Amino acid sequence: MSDTYYNPKDLKNFKNISDWSAPLGEAFFSYYQKVFEEGALSAREKSLIALAVSHVVKCPYCIDAYTQDALKRGIEEEEMMEAVHAGAAIEAGATLVHAVQMMNKHDKLSL
Amino acid sequence: MLKSLRSRAVPLASSKHQINTLEGGDFQNATLKTFDETLKHQGAWPLKPRALDILQVNLGYMCNQTCAHCHVDAGPDRKEIMGIDTIKKVLAVAKKTGVPTLDLTGGAPEMNPHFRWLIETARAEGIKEIIVRSNLTILEANASYKTLPQFFKKHKLRIVSSLPHYSAKRTDKQRGEGVFSKSITALQKLNALGYGTNPELILDLVYNPSGAFLSADQAGLEKNFKTKLEAQFGISFNQLFCINNLPISRFLEYLIASENYETYMETLVESFNPATLSGVMCTNTLSVGWDGALYDCDFNQMLELAVDSASNHIDNFNLDRLLKRPIRVNQHCYGCTAGAGSSCQGSLT
Ligand code: SF4
Ligand code: SF4
Repeated sequence: MSDTYYNPKDLKNFKNISDWSAPLGEAFFSYYQKVFEEGALSAREKSLIALAVSHVVKCPYCIDAYTQDALKRGIEEEEMMEAVHAGAAIEAGATLVHAVQMMNKHDKLSL
Repeated sequence: MLKSLRSRAVPLASSKHQINTLEGGDFQNATLKTFDETLKHQGAWPLKPRALDILQVNLGYMCNQTCAHCHVDAGPDRKEIMGIDTIKKVLAVAKKTGVPTLDLTGGAPEMNPHFRWLIETARAEGIKEIIVRSNLTILEANASYKTLPQFFKKHKLRIVSSLPHYSAKRTDKQRGEGVFSKSITALQKLNALGYGTNPELILDLVYNPSGAFLSADQAGLEKNFKTKLEAQFGISFNQLFCINNLPISRFLEYLIASENYETYMETLVESFNPATLSGVMCTNTLSVGWDGALYDCDFNQMLELAVDSASNHIDNFNLDRLLKRPIRVNQHCYGCTAGAGSSCQGSLT
């Protein structure tokens, strides 16, 4: 066991999740691979979406993996940062839109 | 301007030191399999050539640039240049063997004083394809070099040029300040002559990663390069070749200094793709050094790993013997076999 909750080397052992449940693990990895293939969206576009979501779910493994993926695909710094902002804006929006609930509740209970 | 390892007289300037580095660390303590072991595991040891399709001739290590990743350790201070006698012998070998492609590299091959003579003679002798690996900025260097694009057109040379990115920032970081804008000017001039659009005038670009990561998705990158270069600069080209940086020379120095060496080697080993083995360059190419010595490839040339054959120089060139040789491999070879594979013609799978 490492002394920290996250260890970069664990990313390489991701595939080991299949050891404890091969059918589920294998189903997940084949699904995952399929998702990121060229489709109606290009593999490049999907890589940028994955980079944005990696930040939203705050997964250091995914940030590591998709920053590398972006570099390999020649994606530029500005594109990477804009993707992260798109994710952050949705996250901020999701928080802020709940303020309407707060306001509704406030108004309901107030004279 | 960055200086060559050679002129800085650093230990990595010696090929021996580079090989020791490649054989030490995780490969010595058996954490990672050596390339030899991987080949044995695949039943592909020793690696053997298939044919001789390309004679790659290194006209010298002199270059007007000193790119950060250069595997040649080229630069303005390098004086090694192929002389006329060796060039004549190379042409004689090309004629005798009937090799279809002559691939001229360096350094900046254009800086060899016999460059034009070599091409005129090779054309007169009927060599089918002549490739020149031009760094583009040399075509803008002075009045005499500025006439080269016309000369290239006249002799229908196939031009292969490095442009690591369509952004000035990434290109200049790797190749030096101002390289991007000069390269764009040169590309526009080549386009104006028909290069990249006339089917007889092929202009290919080479992408190599600007850092400690591999290249991926050649088709996607090519699409993007084409869209961006056309939209921003009106530039057309034929194909984009994705090449991995091999862990030797100045790129090795960068990997060590940036503390990326171990992870990079691990990535290369983990990305080993057996399907690339049948296409690696050394299986159909021979590399000739500026002094006439023969190598399995340009990388082996820089590591001074001479061919494992009694025919080891242009003076004693013997194709039958050479085609029977075992190829000399080391850990740098993982750069050619990682992911989709990597060669002077781009990815292999
Ligand atoms: S990479 Fe090419 S252009 Fe750059 S220094 Fe080396 S030989 Fe010259
Ligand atoms: S570096 Fe590549 S081309 Fe050269 S010998 Fe190794 S595998 Fe072959």
